Amino acid sequence: MAEVILQNITKSFAGNRALDDISMIVPDGSFVVLLGPTGAGKTTTLRMVSGLDTPDYGEVFIGGRSMRGLTPAQRNVAMVFQQYSLYPHLSVRQNLEFPLKSPLLRTPQRIIDEKVNAVAETLQISHKLDNKATALSGGEMQRVSIGRALVRNPQIYLMDEPLSSLDAKLRSDLRIELKNIQAKSGATLLYVTHDQIEAMTMATHVGVLHEGKVVQFGSPREIYEQPISIYAATRLGQPRINVLPADLFPAAPANAKSIGLRPEHIHQGEGQNATVMRVEHLGDQTRLHLSFKTHNLITVTDAHTEFKGGETVKIQPRKPLYFDAAGMRLV
Amino acid sequence: MSTYSVTEPSGRQKWFAGILVVLYAVITLLPLLWIIGTGFKSPADAIAYPPKMIFEPTVEGYVNLFTTRTRVPEDQLKALGEPTTWYDKLVRKNGVIITGASRFAERFTNSVIIGFGSTVLCIVLGTAAAYAFSRFKVPLKDDLLFFILSTRMMPPIAVAIPIFLMFRSLGLSDTHAGMILLYTAVNLSLSVWLLKGFIDEIPVEYEEAALIDGYTRFQAFYKVVLPQAVTGIASTAIFCLIFAWNEYAFAVLLTSGNAQTAPPFIPTIIGVSGQDWPAVAAGATIFLVPVMVFTILLRKHLLRGITFGAVRK
Repeated sequence: MAEVILQNITKSFAGNRALDDISMIVPDGSFVVLLGPTGAGKTTTLRMVSGLDTPDYGEVFIGGRSMRGLTPAQRNVAMVFQQYSLYPHLSVRQNLEFPLKSPLLRTPQRIIDEKVNAVAETLQISHKLDNKATALSGGEMQRVSIGRALVRNPQIYLMDEPLSSLDAKLRSDLRIELKNIQAKSGATLLYVTHDQIEAMTMATHVGVLHEGKVVQFGSPREIYEQPISIYAATRLGQPRINVLPADLFPAAPANAKSIGLRPEHIHQGEGQNATVMRVEHLGDQTRLHLSFKTHNLITVTDAHTEFKGGETVKIQPRKPLYFDAAGMRLV
Repeated sequence: MSTYSVTEPSGRQKWFAGILVVLYAVITLLPLLWIIGTGFKSPADAIAYPPKMIFEPTVEGYVNLFTTRTRVPEDQLKALGEPTTWYDKLVRKNGVIITGASRFAERFTNSVIIGFGSTVLCIVLGTAAAYAFSRFKVPLKDDLLFFILSTRMMPPIAVAIPIFLMFRSLGLSDTHAGMILLYTAVNLSLSVWLLKGFIDEIPVEYEEAALIDGYTRFQAFYKVVLPQAVTGIASTAIFCLIFAWNEYAFAVLLTSGNAQTAPPFIPTIIGVSGQDWPAVAAGATIFLVPVMVFTILLRKHLLRGITFGAVRK
């Protein structure tokens, strides 16, 4: 495993700038999640590290070595693709063996068997090893695909939304499993997702991408609590942060344009009146949809709340985040 | 995999469909059966009118196909003594003796060499070109592809005279290499276009996965793309083989002694007395076999291939 450095990476496709001066350090043994909507440049960033695409400007370093001119094979990286990942003409076992049998690794058969069986065990696909890759369910395919990366011991694991095609139960199982594997083996991971729960639960670092730029890079907690802009703030948190005009509440700083309130940062019982529009009981928590001076807000409240639609509740901000006219946070 | 919610056809519909299929099979198979049947008729039965459906089968046609014979006067025939082999005996009753082997076996071998040779070449070159067109940034790609296809926009035989002259000055006339080259040139455009379609259908992610798994571009092509292109390769190969195998005009024009293929040879099978139809039919029957075997061997790939990759897995 190794540290990966991206230095001023810029890439355009047919005149469209996909990556705009991306610089980032993926520390050795870290789990870095790239977060952003479709088109933000997450997958392109992964492809730059893997060598499937090369940057127009800038350079990638893996373990201190420049990757300029090196093929994906020479870089010794493993990648999990979002789709079409398994070789359809091979069995599950052959798929898992494929990287180990490459001219790069030339692993002896005994070690191949050992590794394949161990990985199959971890991912609970042992009973499917002799199936054809095409005779699997979507979830099984994705597990094999992850397995094909895990059998190796690469410099870095690159994962492109590996859990997006799985159902909720499997996704949460694999989320924990992946995190365990990473924590145990000390592997370095660069992981692309737009699922903020994955980012919050697995990442040691989160890179928020916006239109080919890194907007913020830090621990998930740092980005949640100290977002640099409205954009970064909306990337994390479910329900999303409430963004309102700053002058709705007293005591806003002079140049504040908007106030950002996480659902848990709306204090109930004091302050100004809001109307309860809807009450959502989720079991462990209850969400209140409020109407406040023609603006809609979502907040969380006690799981056993007695609130009903149409009632009035007093609210006031607690730990608000203020943003200026450009959407940048005021500190 | 898709599930169809179409209701099961009724019994009557099934019957109707069955009758249609059988009818179609009979119509298409009838000429074939007639050829095979004629091959086992005697010359007299072959030209009998009305046509004989029931006849006494004989392999005379096949014997005549593979031999040359000469008519011998009655007294000399007697002087030769008893015929020693079964085929000698068979022709002796017509008052002829076998003088040697015909050139059919040789012509047939030429057909096999030239037909399969050009098919292999077409597939190898076609796959390589199609892969490059499908995956790499080739300058003027669209123009090149159009240019390749444009070679098929007129009948190849229209350029017979320039080709004849070129072949003569290059010393390619009546050679196996010349005919393989010619059929490859004619078929290659078809091969490139068909195969490009098939390779376009294979998601590039498979190769990218292989590149990351430690394989070179060529190894990825060989280990990942080729096995998935088998359908396309099989159907393209059949198209190429059928064209090269059946080609008549160029074969007549450019070959005579050494490299002549079976198509121009079969009509020249003249019997001792007039056109020997059973021998011609026997030749045609044997001529059908290789393409039939080849197609049957590749049959399981062909069904999907014939839709030109329109069906996704």
